[in-house]
Amino acid sequence: MSLLAAIPGFPSNQTSLNPAGPAAAHIEHTFALIFWITATVYFITLAVLMYFVWSRRWTLALAPIPQPTSDASDRLATRAVAAAVAVTVLLLFVMLISSFVTSHRLGKMNDQQALTINVYGHQWWWEIQYPNEAEPYRMVTTANEIHVPIGTPIRIHGTSRDVIHSFWAPNIQGKRDLLPGYNTDVLMQVDKAGRWRGQCAEYCGMQHAHMSFYIVAEPQQDFDNWMSAQMQPSVVPGNIQAMHGQQVFLSHACVLCHTIRGTTAGSHVGPDLTHLASRSTIAAGMLPNTVGNLGGWILNAQALKPGSRMPPNQISGPDLQDLLAYLETLK
Amino acid sequence: MKFSRLTFAILVLLLQAGCKREQRVLDPGSAGTQIADGTALNEVHAGGSLPAPDISQYEGSAYAVSEGKRLYSAYNCVGCHAQGGGAIGPALMDSTWLYGSQPQQIFSDIVQGRPNGMPSFGGKIPDYQVWELVAYVRSMSGQLPSDVAPSRSDQMPVAKAEQARQKEHPSDENQQPIQKAKP
Repeated sequence: MSLLAAIPGFPSNQTSLNPAGPAAAHIEHTFALIFWITATVYFITLAVLMYFVWSRRWTLALAPIPQPTSDASDRLATRAVAAAVAVTVLLLFVMLISSFVTSHRLGKMNDQQALTINVYGHQWWWEIQYPNEAEPYRMVTTANEIHVPIGTPIRIHGTSRDVIHSFWAPNIQGKRDLLPGYNTDVLMQVDKAGRWRGQCAEYCGMQHAHMSFYIVAEPQQDFDNWMSAQMQPSVVPGNIQAMHGQQVFLSHACVLCHTIRGTTAGSHVGPDLTHLASRSTIAAGMLPNTVGNLGGWILNAQALKPGSRMPPNQISGPDLQDLLAYLETLK
Repeated sequence: MKFSRLTFAILVLLLQAGCKREQRVLDPGSAGTQIADGTALNEVHAGGSLPAPDISQYEGSAYAVSEGKRLYSAYNCVGCHAQGGGAIGPALMDSTWLYGSQPQQIFSDIVQGRPNGMPSFGGKIPDYQVWELVAYVRSMSGQLPSDVAPSRSDQMPVAKAEQARQKEHPSDENQQPIQKAKP
């Protein structure tokens, strides 16, 4: 199966055929078993059909269909059909049991000292929270990018803030629906470092197709560094341009929806921007996080992602440049 | 024959009305994004009157009103006005309007703020979103037709759906035309 994932151009970071963790590996085993059984049965059936079509290709139209006359041939036919039915039932049971065992294994995954990550589905982006029960003020909030240490059990504690979404990173775990007003837990573990892409798997409105996220799996040391950087409040603007940019941010509509920790902006309608420049994409994985994309997104997000909750903003050219310079400093 | 033709015409008209109520204006353009400081409260304006904003695209669209309902929570109007019944701030679902019940007046209330606690949202909310909020606030007391007023809530409903509310009759319902200066 993993041969498929080796084809050039095949998106190996968003496919269940290239598992990066134990949960996805269980799912891939079951998938491979069912795939090979059904493929084999399909080709045997076609081969038998082809053989008889070919061997009787002249006689079919001329002679009447031969009826079994003797008891012996009658018995043979009965036995052949019985054997085929028995094999079919057996194979179906093999697939059923394999599927059951996989579900059981996914339910019994190791959750000792699992790292809990809260995931909230929004129209159309993902809010990611790393709760810290001992020291709640050190909670980290980010968006659309989930950093995880490799080889550590992860508990995704998910729900939705509006409509039904579904959390699916096919290289790591199966789908899990996020329902408004209901919390659900799903265990996972990532063993291979990399950027694994995931997507909303339940139609949730106009921009459902542009609601993706990345799971960034990295060694424990890198993860700890990332975590301690995220815990910091936003950087204080270092030059006059960034300083003015911060004033632009705080005096425009931005503050009504976004948070930048360390400033007076503290609303939770849109993504937390405290460390915006540390993320590689904007608009839920839709655009690379570049100055140009960010500028276009701020001025008229509706042209890029119609229906998204980001309103068009009227900001003068110099003000926008300063604002972008400020946002670029938010590492 | 005549009757069926009439029925057909009525059906087409009804269907058209249905289409319009779900029409979405996702990009309101520059007219909707400019940040105004409020609207004129009478028709007299220095240097000639300004063009009146087209409010029908908000008050006639179920999408705009439901967006207003979402923003009503998102921008924390609920913090003071609750779900329309009022708490720290006055109730919005009754027939009492301290500063007038007309859309332009409610627009000014939101943009300019009002004494005793109503903050000014001027410069913080794009115009088109203020109009969506205005449309929703008016739907709370049944001022909008029931085909555009929201019929359901995302949360457990604490009151009748806006669609099902009786229309309240504010005292300024029938506005007097402004006396123009005689030449």
